[in-house]
Amino acid sequence: MANYSLTINNRRYDVANVEPDTPILWILRDTLGLVGTKYGCGIAECGACTIHLNDSPARACSLPISAVSGMRITTIEGLSDGDVLHPLQQSWIDNDVPQCGYCQAGQIMAAAALLNRNPTPTDEEIDTAMEGNLCRCGTYHRIRQSIRDVANANRKKGGKSWPDHLTPMED
Amino acid sequence: MARPPDTDGGLTAYLDALVGEITAGRQPPATSVAKLGRRDFIKLSGLAGGGLVLGFSLKTPTARATTGKNELVFNAYLQITPAGDIVIMAPNPEIGQGVKTALPMIVAEELDVRWNDVRVMQSPIDADAFGRQFAGGSRSIPDNWQILRRAGASARAMLVAAAAARWGKSAGELETMDSRVIHRTSGQSAGYGELAEAAARQSPPDNVRLKDRKDFRLLGRRIPGVDNRAIVTGQALFGIDQSPNNLSYAVYHKCPSVGGKVVSANLDHIKTLNGIQDAFILEGNGNPGELKPGIAIVADSTWAALKARDALQVQWDTSTAAADDWDALAARAAELSSKPPQQIVTERGDVAQAVRDPSNKARESYYTHHFVAHAPMEPQNAAAWHSDGRIEIWSGTQTPGRAISAVAALLGIDSKNVHLHQLRAGGGFGRRLINDPVCEAAAIAQRIGGSVKLQWTREDDMANDFFRVGGFHAMKGAVNSAGELVAFEDHLITFSENGTDPVSGGALRPAGYPENACANSRLAHSMLPLGIQCGPWRAPGSNTTAWAQQSFLGELAAAAGRDQLEFLIETLQSITSPVPGGVDKNRAIATVKLAASRAGWGRNEGKGRGMGVAFYYSHMGHVAQVADISVDASKRLTVHKVTVAADVGPIVNLSGAEAMIQGAVVDALSTMAGQAIGFKSGVISPLNFDQYPLLRIRHTPEVEVHFIESDNEPTGLGEPGLPPLAPAVGNAIFAASGIRPRTLPLSREGYVLA
Repeated sequence: MANYSLTINNRRYDVANVEPDTPILWILRDTLGLVGTKYGCGIAECGACTIHLNDSPARACSLPISAVSGMRITTIEGLSDGDVLHPLQQSWIDNDVPQCGYCQAGQIMAAAALLNRNPTPTDEEIDTAMEGNLCRCGTYHRIRQSIRDVANANRKKGGKSWPDHLTPMED
Repeated sequence: MARPPDTDGGLTAYLDALVGEITAGRQPPATSVAKLGRRDFIKLSGLAGGGLVLGFSLKTPTARATTGKNELVFNAYLQITPAGDIVIMAPNPEIGQGVKTALPMIVAEELDVRWNDVRVMQSPIDADAFGRQFAGGSRSIPDNWQILRRAGASARAMLVAAAAARWGKSAGELETMDSRVIHRTSGQSAGYGELAEAAARQSPPDNVRLKDRKDFRLLGRRIPGVDNRAIVTGQALFGIDQSPNNLSYAVYHKCPSVGGKVVSANLDHIKTLNGIQDAFILEGNGNPGELKPGIAIVADSTWAALKARDALQVQWDTSTAAADDWDALAARAAELSSKPPQQIVTERGDVAQAVRDPSNKARESYYTHHFVAHAPMEPQNAAAWHSDGRIEIWSGTQTPGRAISAVAALLGIDSKNVHLHQLRAGGGFGRRLINDPVCEAAAIAQRIGGSVKLQWTREDDMANDFFRVGGFHAMKGAVNSAGELVAFEDHLITFSENGTDPVSGGALRPAGYPENACANSRLAHSMLPLGIQCGPWRAPGSNTTAWAQQSFLGELAAAAGRDQLEFLIETLQSITSPVPGGVDKNRAIATVKLAASRAGWGRNEGKGRGMGVAFYYSHMGHVAQVADISVDASKRLTVHKVTVAADVGPIVNLSGAEAMIQGAVVDALSTMAGQAIGFKSGVISPLNFDQYPLLRIRHTPEVEVHFIESDNEPTGLGEPGLPPLAPAVGNAIFAASGIRPRTLPLSREGYVLA
């Protein structure tokens, strides 16, 4: 058993007395009550648990807490700025993407990580970035359209994709 | 092979009863229209803060069947507060089919409220107050259509009456729009909130006039899902997200072969492990749809429970467990296919004679489809809190009423002491019609006398699924010298758990086509014994029968040297003796013609590219699809586009309706391309997505959706969009390559998605 200090959504959490091999997914869900990150397969095959580690996409179900301590973690709960939604979240609503909705947090986190490094992806780049996220309901058409819409808006803005407060620190 | 009948738990009978309940209203409810004159809306009193609360109810045969009493049953209600808040209850479980948005829209249309003024709430689960609440059989829309419209119209009439009294006008002079009553000539108007108190003193009308479809302002528009914002911000909407106080976490370990019992396990060791609170054996209640034997591990965290499970050592008694072997069953099916069928489902004329007739061209083909899993993205789970003889359950079940009665019987308590919180489900597809996770959580909570969240792993979810049954269609047919269909036979080699009836989803259910489209036809079953558990899977039966039958009609069109589309339309036109509640040939032909014309049928797109068409009628929905595909010599398959025409009556929410069709096409292609559940000695594989491929975004074809709207009774769209896809793609592969695929998944014939 060990203690960890985590930075999640720009907030510090102290997690006491957990096994070092506990996947960060279960720390988020069971220990911290951040249940937006979903359990789907446990083997990093479905993408329902996608979070950001230092702004890059990662599968929370397969990352032990010992490996992520000290990294900047972002979950779906931290993607919006209070009531101001991330452009992708708004686009997801506008395109009425969700059916059951279970995979969508992971989908949005994967898409946000894509726009983070490439604000104006092509369809091919969208397909490549989103390949690891499964949707059993089959909402892929609208997922693609939602990302396209934000990418197109970014093109009009000259390639800027992020609200200032969410500008990634890397690069 | 199969478990002996005395230990089978009666699963077939259990699931038959469940599906029977769900499909009880399958016939178009023509009688409900005649009931419009009866007073069946009831004002509810006691709303804190005043205002109008309208319960509405309907004496229906199904309500009587459920309650056993000939009494009024509230089905749902709406509420308008003096402050102008308009709350509409969504009575049925939301599993991704969009009913939490669509059902309140129906009320809102007749009520003439502005949609932005409406707040939707998931109604409590309460059979006495709300009647049957379930998500299955694409029944939510047709079962609630008339009731919800009349609710909205009745409340509207009461608001109008209140305004008329206040202004000294006649009700006929008043209009309603955007949550207001308006007197056009005087310019007077009042919001619904202002009128709510006075409306609550009005009597509910005996009779209300419902809108003509052409006057709909809300229905047929694109309305985003009411939970969208909560979903995209990661709120705790799902069953898996719920955490009652003082929660323990549990896993439940069952025999790898379905039906195996625990002899012993190293529970003493397990209890010494970090974070483990308890570990114990549950015997099961003999019903595999409720509680199977297994070992519960209760822990401080999900992870502690999962780790302890890895250290479990169990001795199983598999003497009564399923011992099925797919390869052996497939070999026996091939033998049965050449013997006379065991059960005749329907027969006319003489197929054998027509097939033998030398002036006809005859064909025989054998189609094989493997078992598949539901694999909803949210693995099965349930939370339960047991205290003082009462239990609370948190679940995204599709059948909450059944869950309550099952838990009550299992725990030996009155069902009024079972309270179920209905949560959004992360996909259903039929899996959550069965409440085994709920029963397991309830049994564990009772044993520990506290609150517990039971989590299945993905592997648990796959191994303990109630699968879509596999099967083998031995087809025979013939066309005459004019190229017309003269004989059609589908001898389905299916499976039986009890030796007398096909398993759930494993029967042919004639709806008039194609068996009534030619002079000689026969639908028949033979059955192999099965211990593997099967259950309803999105469009049960139809999801594979459509593929075999519509593919084989494509073969007969080719035998006749005729265009597939022309032949398909001709067979539909030839239907005689339509089945009540079955296919309507005019509606069917209209969908086929529309899909074909929008797809540009007949275009020659060159080598390796082709189009295929298929039609299927299921769950009261008429749907035609045209697939446009490419396939190369190494069987690399690309589905470019699928054009869909559907007639499900009037459309409630255009965005949701299109989503259901898009999703059904993706789901059907996903399943068709590479999914198969195998079993050897009753042990299931594969158990996770690394070997059970779901379609990915890259392989998603363009989907173009057209609806033929009509005043026919509406049906739901959870299911009817799925069955035609597989035969449309199969027919297109034949058109492009001259090769006829006869195995699902296509990967078993060497096809890969490119």
